[in-house]
Amino acid sequence: MDFRSYVIRRLLLVVPVLFGVSVLIFGLIQLFPPYQRAMLYVTDPRQMANIDEIIELYGLNATIWEQYITWINQVFHGNLGWSTVVGMPVTDAILTYLPATLELAIFATPIIIIGGIWLGTKAAANKDKFIDHATRTGAIIGWSLPTFWFGLVLMMVFYGYFSGFLPPERLSTEMSVLVHSASFTRYTGVNFLDGILNWEWGVTFDSLRHMILPVVTLSVVNVAFIMRLMRSSMLESMGKGYILTARAKGLPENMVINKHARRNAMIPVLTVSGYLFAAIVNGVVITESIFNYKGLGWWAWRTALMLDIPSILGFALFSGVLFVLTNLVVDLLYARFDPRVRLGGTI
Amino acid sequence: MKGLKFFFYHIRRNPLSIIGLVLIVTFAIIAIFAPLIAPTPEGQFDSYMIPRDGYASTPEPPSAEHIFGTTQGQYDIFYGVIWGTRTAFQVGFIVMGAVLVIGILLGSIAGYFGGIIDEIIMRITDIFLAFPPLILAMAVTIALGPSIQSVMAAIIIVTWPSYARVIRGDILAVREEDYIEASRSVGSSHLRVILRHVLPNSIYPVFIMASLDIGAVVLTAAALSFLGLGVPEGYADWGQMINFARNWIIGTSENTFAYWHAVTIPGLFIFFFVMGWNLLGDSLRDILDPRLARR
Repeated sequence: MDFRSYVIRRLLLVVPVLFGVSVLIFGLIQLFPPYQRAMLYVTDPRQMANIDEIIELYGLNATIWEQYITWINQVFHGNLGWSTVVGMPVTDAILTYLPATLELAIFATPIIIIGGIWLGTKAAANKDKFIDHATRTGAIIGWSLPTFWFGLVLMMVFYGYFSGFLPPERLSTEMSVLVHSASFTRYTGVNFLDGILNWEWGVTFDSLRHMILPVVTLSVVNVAFIMRLMRSSMLESMGKGYILTARAKGLPENMVINKHARRNAMIPVLTVSGYLFAAIVNGVVITESIFNYKGLGWWAWRTALMLDIPSILGFALFSGVLFVLTNLVVDLLYARFDPRVRLGGTI
Repeated sequence: MKGLKFFFYHIRRNPLSIIGLVLIVTFAIIAIFAPLIAPTPEGQFDSYMIPRDGYASTPEPPSAEHIFGTTQGQYDIFYGVIWGTRTAFQVGFIVMGAVLVIGILLGSIAGYFGGIIDEIIMRITDIFLAFPPLILAMAVTIALGPSIQSVMAAIIIVTWPSYARVIRGDILAVREEDYIEASRSVGSSHLRVILRHVLPNSIYPVFIMASLDIGAVVLTAAALSFLGLGVPEGYADWGQMINFARNWIIGTSENTFAYWHAVTIPGLFIFFFVMGWNLLGDSLRDILDPRLARR
C-alpha cells in the first residue's frame, strides 16, 4: 500500500469510530431522566424555568432516533449544554480551563518522554550493574504508586512541613490579582507565557513555583512506564546483528548505544504515544483535583461530584474526540517514517 | 503438580518475586481473617461499613482503642484498612474475571470466524478504546450511581476491549496451524475446536496480562473512590480513606505532621498491594513466556 491510500484508509476509519463515540455518550445520557437531560440543551439557566417547554422543544420524550439527531445537531453547533457548577456553557468552560491544563502538559510531556528514554537507555547500557538495579527499583516503586496519594504526601512535606514552599492552586493571591487586573493582557491564558509577554516576571516565576508539584505528580508514574518499555526495547535492539557490526567495526560504545541501538529502540515508545496521551488526561484529573489547580481536570472532577451531567459527558466527548485525533496523527506519522507499517496492509 | 513445582522453583530464584508473593499472601491472610482481626461491632448490620466513634471532623492520633487512629468523621482507620483489603481483592478478582470472560468470548468469536463478525466486534472495541479510561469510567460510575458495583462495572467496561483484541490476535495466529485444520477435517464442531485446540494454545499471554493488570484495576477503583465518585461514604475502601484525609495534610502549628496517619496508612496499603501484584505479574510473565524472560 502506498502512503496516500494508507492515509485515505486510515481517515475513513476515523468516521465510524467518531460516530460510535457519539452513540456511546448519547447512550450514557439516556440513563438520566428527561428533566436532567434538559440541561444539555440550555445555554442560560433562566431557560430552566420553563423546563417542560424545553423537554417539548427538544423532543426529550420522543423516540430515541429523533433525540439522537437533535442532540448531535446541537453538538455540531458547539452547544454541549449548561455547566451549573461554573455557571457558563460547557463549551465556554472547556475553553476557559484548557490553558491551565495545557500549561501542565507542556512541562510534563517532555519530562516523561525524555526522562523515560534517557533512564531506559542508561539502565539497558549498564545491564545488571548498580544503575540498572537502581532505576528498575525506582520504576517498580513508581509504577505501583497511587498518584493521588503520592501527590498528597508531596504536599504534606513541601507545603505543610516547609511552610508554604510549594503551594497548591495556580497562582498566589497577589499574582492572581495582578493577572486579573486591567493592565495585564491575557494573550494565551497560559500564565507563565503571559507573564513573559507582559514583561511581568513575577507572574512567570510564581506560576512555575505552583507547577512543580503537579508536574512531578503527573510525571512519576509515566516516566516509570516509558523507562520500563525503553529498557526492554533497548535490550532487544542491542542483541541485533547491526549492533555487533557496529561494535566490530570499532565504533566507540557510546556511539553504538546512542546512534544505533537507541534509535531503533525508540519505535515502541512512539507507538505508545497515543496511550501516553490518555494517561496524561487521566493523570490531569487526579493531579488537578489534589492541588486544587483549576484546569480541565479540576473542572471535570467538580462537575462529576456535583452530578453536572452536561459537563462531565461534554468533557468525555471532548477528550474522546481528541484522543481519536491524536491516535490518527500518531498512526500517520508512524506510517510516514516506518514504511513497514503501511506495507503490512493491516491497520 | 509438576507445573506448580516448576512455578515455585522459578519464584524462589528471583528475590523480587518472593517479595511479591509474600506481599500478596499477607494481604490474602488479612482479607480471609478480617472478621477476626477487626471484629464487626455488635449490632452493626453491614461489615463493610467502617464503625465511627463520634462525628467530630478532626482526625485523632493512634491510641489504645484505635491503633491506627481515626480519620475525618472519626472513622476507625484500622478497621477500614483491614476490611478495605477484602474490597480490594473483590474488585480485582471480580473485574478481572468478568473482563476475561467477555474478552475470551468476543475475542475468540472475532478471531476464529473472521470476516464481518470480526470487523463489527473490532470496531466496537475501537469505540470503547477511544476514551481515556478514567474519564469514561467516571462518566459510567456517575450514570450508574455511587456503589461498589458501579465502580466494578465501569472498570469492566473500560478494560474488556484490550483483552478482546489481544485474544483475537493470538487466535488469528493459532487459527492457521495444521492441527486446527486436522481437527476440523475429522469433523469437530466449531465449539470443540475453539475450546479444545485454539484457546489452550493461545491463552497464556492473556493470563500474564491479567496478572499484571490486577494492580492497575485496583488502582483505578481506588482513584474513583478518591475522587469521591465510587463507594458510598463510610464503605471500607482504601481510596475513600485517602479522600477523607485530603483535608488534613496540613498539621497544626506545633506539629506539621499531626495528621500524618490519616493520609499515610491507607496509602501504604494500596501501594504494597499494587506492588505485590506487579512483582508477581512480572515473574509470572518470565515463567510462562520464556521468550521474554530475564532480559
